[in-house]
Amino acid sequence: MSQQRVRGSTRGNEGAILSVENLRTAFFTDKETIYAVDGASFDLQKGETIGIVGESGSGKSVTARSIMGLIESPGRVLDGSSIKYRNADAVERLAEEFSGEVTYRDGNGEPEGDGCIVLDEGAEGAAGGRGYIDLAHAPKKIVKRTRGGEIAMIFQDPLSSLNPVYTVGNQIKETLNLHRDLSGTNATDEAAELLEAVGIPDARMALNEYPHQFSGGQRQRVVIAMALACDPEVLICDEPTTALDVTIQAQILDLLDDIQDERDLAIVFITHDMGVISEISDRVNVMYAGEIVETAPAETLFLDPAHPYTRGLLESIPGRNPDAERLTTIEGDVPTPNQPATQCRFAPRCPEEFDACTQVHPESVESSDGATDHTVACLLYPEDRSREDAVSLHERRGRDGDETDDEPTRTEAQR
Amino acid sequence: MSQEITATDERQQTDALVELDGLKTYYESGGVFGGDPVKAVDDVTFDIRRGETLGLVGESGCGKTTLGRTLIRLETATAGDVSYDGTDITTLSGDELKEWRSNAQMVFQDPDSSLNDRMTVGEIIREPLDVHARGTRRERRQRVQELLETVGLQQEHYYRYPHQFSGGQRQRIGIARALALEPDFVVLDEPVSALDASVQAKILNLLEDLQDDLGLTYLFIAHDLSVVRHICDRVAVMYLGNVMEIGRAEELFADPANPYTHSLLSAIPDTDPATKMDDRITLRGTPPSPRNPPEGCPFTTRCPAKIRPDQYADVDDDVWERIEVFREVLRERARAERSLSERAKELLGMETRFSDLDEVESETFGDVDVPPGVQSELDRAAELAHEGSESDAREHLRETFGSACDLEAPTHHEVSESGRMSLCHRHKTEHETPSEFFEGHSVGER
Repeated sequence: MSQQRVRGSTRGNEGAILSVENLRTAFFTDKETIYAVDGASFDLQKGETIGIVGESGSGKSVTARSIMGLIESPGRVLDGSSIKYRNADAVERLAEEFSGEVTYRDGNGEPEGDGCIVLDEGAEGAAGGRGYIDLAHAPKKIVKRTRGGEIAMIFQDPLSSLNPVYTVGNQIKETLNLHRDLSGTNATDEAAELLEAVGIPDARMALNEYPHQFSGGQRQRVVIAMALACDPEVLICDEPTTALDVTIQAQILDLLDDIQDERDLAIVFITHDMGVISEISDRVNVMYAGEIVETAPAETLFLDPAHPYTRGLLESIPGRNPDAERLTTIEGDVPTPNQPATQCRFAPRCPEEFDACTQVHPESVESSDGATDHTVACLLYPEDRSREDAVSLHERRGRDGDETDDEPTRTEAQR
Repeated sequence: MSQEITATDERQQTDALVELDGLKTYYESGGVFGGDPVKAVDDVTFDIRRGETLGLVGESGCGKTTLGRTLIRLETATAGDVSYDGTDITTLSGDELKEWRSNAQMVFQDPDSSLNDRMTVGEIIREPLDVHARGTRRERRQRVQELLETVGLQQEHYYRYPHQFSGGQRQRIGIARALALEPDFVVLDEPVSALDASVQAKILNLLEDLQDDLGLTYLFIAHDLSVVRHICDRVAVMYLGNVMEIGRAEELFADPANPYTHSLLSAIPDTDPATKMDDRITLRGTPPSPRNPPEGCPFTTRCPAKIRPDQYADVDDDVWERIEVFREVLRERARAERSLSERAKELLGMETRFSDLDEVESETFGDVDVPPGVQSELDRAAELAHEGSESDAREHLRETFGSACDLEAPTHHEVSESGRMSLCHRHKTEHETPSEFFEGHSVGER
């Protein structure tokens, strides 16, 4: 885990199956422009679960939809964002099919052209595994080829993800037919096997039933079975248990855990429930008003939350504070991010706000020097530096962008 | 109003404001093929004490909302009594009913759908006052403005429309409307479930403040157990129309008595990294249909601590679980809707989707060693099913593998000095109690 973590901290590392880098998605309405996701970055390793937690309007679902290529007008993923998908087989297959989109990398690892499929020089074919597809720039036809088969998604409300006028078997077989070219009895057998794999008893009979004949938990299992039908590498779960009872939620969480073990799936799990996120994820990203304000391994985040927002949020949950007479609350409401951030978006509600908070935009930094697996976007950090030092670090990083991330740290250590 | 408050304070904390006795609320389905009624609330007896918050928890479909609605006469009770301050309200009608309604109000779960989009906030909150013709126009307006401040909104919000407010603010409007007639008793039906964590905390604090200031009695319906633990004095746990356990909140959470409470509490995901996912009791399947509840204990089909007949006490836990799953499949089939063509096929002895029971059996028991004693009984059941009667097969399994849990309805047992009650056969002296059972067995069915 620790090894993975160290590698994971360098942006866009080659081991991750999916790297989201500086993702910015905005919605352009007549009234205003809303920066629903404003500079989110994270890596996802094979077999790992990343949690994204935040209140409504924080941009969690838009992040997921951006990855899936499901953002529709008036929304758009802005230039400068990248979503790098690195499954060797898929990269190779799509590179052959869409050779016009292939670009090679130069010596510095920067792509030379505009193509969305980036490969290493002379590495076509055998070493295709070292390239990636940038889904943020890919044309629709390529995104469509990855959606479902490579990256699948499960939504909150299982009933609206299922077609009420077709049997469950019919819908699963359709998926199998489209993505894996199975038909007839082969498809039926496979569909029954999938339903069994997600714990639906009497699977053969279930194939002939309609979605309304299932309970909420069973429906979510069916949706999971459909997602697995395409044998994806990455599964994005957008609040998959929010509509379910705790006992059923526990069943679904167990199921996801088992499936992940069996298939080495990488999971992005989105929820607003801190308890769920703590149980299922390896690493957690906390989002606030479109930005990731804190990233840490689940255990660290709940034992030692750093960002004032995370701390406030955890203090307001009755489950963590059963003996409290009154619950602590965060004053004010979540703002709508309708302009690019120039300051800390949490500053107006922050109990620890100081002057610089309204002038300097906080960048993601280590919570303390050397703590590579725990990053916080708050001017109070790194906590072992003096306040002026920390603020100027944020300023420098804000100016230089991410490329020179390690520079300031090194020079200061040398001094 | 101040008089009322002192009056409430003077009364003993323990005297009951609302008393339920054998309350049943059934929904008849009507129509030619009417069938069994839905037993949403099935014989519930408890008290709600003056000034307390009683939590009502359970999974969706367990009847908690129906119970809440029956208490304020939004549903009509099928049988049993609800006495409010000594008056039986199930028989009230006409003017008496209208008069009484001002005592008991409700806050609904979804602040989006419980407020009329075409009315201003002022009109929404004033409506109960208009209906009950309280005071002059001016006094009513005055009262609404007071209420807005009471729930933490501003007076100028009077002329705005609900869509101009956030979810938390809308829920405050719903609360102000419920308080307009100065009720003593408020049913809160999942008042914070639709809200974000930080907003939730604010509404919970508001509800607690209002209770202290106005001497309110709450029935707090929720599925989020941590919220209930925080706000409630006593808690009732419902399952399939029955109260499984009722008692003081801190006691019930710290040391649950009923197997269902055990399972429910263990299913709450918490943020303490020390609790392991593996220790969790994961319940199998879903609650049975309230139209066709199991005989015996309502929880029998999912209970992890079910009592076994003596001759099968030594059967491996794994095999035992498969037997339960197999029985569940048979029950599910009985429940499944059959279309007319399917019924016809069945009558003609043709193959239907219900036919291949052997396959189910081999799938269920495929990877475990079934002891011969058990196998012979399973074979007998399969034989009965082949002869065309799945209900005989079901009955056979029930008689063979069933115990008190399947055969007779349990009664409430007192399980602590404070008078906590739990509905389970295991509280009888001849059995291990549920807590002892859970300690001795690892039931994390994964």
